[in-house]
Amino acid sequence: MITHALISNDKTGKWFLAIVLGMAVIVPLLHLAVPPTSLFHISTSTMALLGKYVCFALLALSLDLVWGYCGILSLGHGAFFALGGYAMGMYLMRQIGTRGVYAHPILPDFMVFLNWKELPWYWYGFENAWFAFLMVMAVPGLLAFVFGWFAFRSRVTGVYLSIITQAMTFALMLAFFRNDMGFGGNNGMTDFKDILGFPIQATTTRAALFAASAVALALGYLVAKAIVSSRLGKILVSIRDAESRTRFIGYRVEHYKTFVFTVSAIMAGIAGALYVPQVGIINPSEFTPGNSIEVVIWVAVGGRGTLTGAALGAVIVNFAKTTFTTGFLAPYWPFLLGGLFVLTTIWLPKGILGTANELWERWRPPAQTSDGNPGTKPDSAAQPAE
Amino acid sequence: MNSVVDSDTPPPLTPSLLYLDGVSVSFDGFRALNELSLQIAPGEMRAIIGPNGAGKTTMMDVITGKTRPDTGEVLFDRGIDLTRLDEAAIANLGIGRKFQKPTVFESHTVEDNILLSLKGDRRARTVLLARTNADEAQRIDEILTTVGLAAQRTRLAGLLSHGQKQWLEIGMLLAQDPKLLLVDEPVAGMTDAETEATAELLKRISAADHSVVVVEHDMAFVRALGVKVTCLHEGSVLAEGAIDVVSENPRVVEVYLGR
Repeated sequence: MITHALISNDKTGKWFLAIVLGMAVIVPLLHLAVPPTSLFHISTSTMALLGKYVCFALLALSLDLVWGYCGILSLGHGAFFALGGYAMGMYLMRQIGTRGVYAHPILPDFMVFLNWKELPWYWYGFENAWFAFLMVMAVPGLLAFVFGWFAFRSRVTGVYLSIITQAMTFALMLAFFRNDMGFGGNNGMTDFKDILGFPIQATTTRAALFAASAVALALGYLVAKAIVSSRLGKILVSIRDAESRTRFIGYRVEHYKTFVFTVSAIMAGIAGALYVPQVGIINPSEFTPGNSIEVVIWVAVGGRGTLTGAALGAVIVNFAKTTFTTGFLAPYWPFLLGGLFVLTTIWLPKGILGTANELWERWRPPAQTSDGNPGTKPDSAAQPAE
Repeated sequence: MNSVVDSDTPPPLTPSLLYLDGVSVSFDGFRALNELSLQIAPGEMRAIIGPNGAGKTTMMDVITGKTRPDTGEVLFDRGIDLTRLDEAAIANLGIGRKFQKPTVFESHTVEDNILLSLKGDRRARTVLLARTNADEAQRIDEILTTVGLAAQRTRLAGLLSHGQKQWLEIGMLLAQDPKLLLVDEPVAGMTDAETEATAELLKRISAADHSVVVVEHDMAFVRALGVKVTCLHEGSVLAEGAIDVVSENPRVVEVYLGR
């Protein structure tokens, strides 16, 4: 019912949910039930790729929530994604048990290799799925909360905030590269065997992981939509457009920013956690500043401040990336990506979805606008007040 | 520093709503406010005039918590020390501020601008779950009627004319139901008719038991308000009194009005 109330006025949202939830059912079905000889069969690699896109879409959605609606341009959202991924990776490492190369019942291979004698305290509990899944949300959420608390309370805004978010992900990358951090250093974590007792390479497990990612994307959309449709969402937009005005009518801007930044980081963490079992590896390269910047490009291309556009942008840009980086065009991909960003900024400042919405508003017959929101039509009756 | 005023005077006894005493603020050696003292009574409307750089805007910054004074006392409503509070806390105590450049939430509708400004619980968790109730809807109607924007309520604020934005911003102040309104150059860029309407509006607001401090350059407008005038110069009070008295003060004529 709440869902219905949320999206009843939102055609794009309905389509988005229908497509995402439809994919959650259809893609696993086409993979499992349709024989590989059929034209409609979806191969393991295609499903893994689609699963990756869906996780990226959730990450883009989380960035759009803070950037599109609250004006916080985070250039470090990849860090929250990676932390969620690491929490999941730690759980998966502990599931390997004696099947590792060194067959140590407790220590992951890389710790045995480093001659460690016992599990570091921060690995405790990760053998439990519920604890690990809690950490998937708690670790990025807590980092975002602490980071946001200090940054927003000190009123760091604009480009300065972007720079320190970038510094945050860079610092984490350097830290996670170190072997003595106890997260596998350079190599990260891989060779996962089981998730929740199911073999991670099994087709059914992979299908279930894909479905879980699609459901997570749908839920993430609903949470984000609920936030931006609430009165708090209006305050976020107010902060984006006129921060000091919002302060002077009595809102504690830093609380609102910290709240939305934390929620967003948790969403990014979940995206990372679903990404890791599908790609089978997590390593410090996920913290690379470039990754976080790419997320910004996805959102800009799709249309910021639209939620669905961000998800769309993630899929489009990553599809292009997959296409171009596998052929002879591979060396030129960075130029294409950069060019895409520049062209979007110049010609489609509202992104694909934002521009499409605008065209739709303009094209729509005027009879329908009278019961809609006349505010979006600049030419609608503007009688002077006096 | 407080050589002029006995600092042992117990603040709660002051009848003023706003009480500034010996307030000084320096920016990089420039004294924006210099031992400024000013009192505003409950329900009073006061016009502040003065040349550019006289410290008018800095004074508002100090009162609303944007700038911390180097020295001096800023007390509000029976002795609340404003120098220790931030903007949000001061706003919630009942001080509303209109900026020089009209600042409204351009991507929200006119009615949402008022809704978000309505006095109420500003904590994030309350706001997250807030629904517009009948009381709020009624308040919005009243305020939009007062500021003459009822016909524009569903338009985006960004599409309003300059004058309408000024009124909307005044409406947002009214929605906060503040004890004190600080209004910075409300008629800048307005037509004569709009200026007159604004003077009427401010008078009505003041009559409804709000204290109002208006900073304005437009002497015709100040005259139309017909209230006590304070002229600032180089960060302190140069003259204070009825408009005719102040405008004939030779120092005021020299530094501000011109001969």
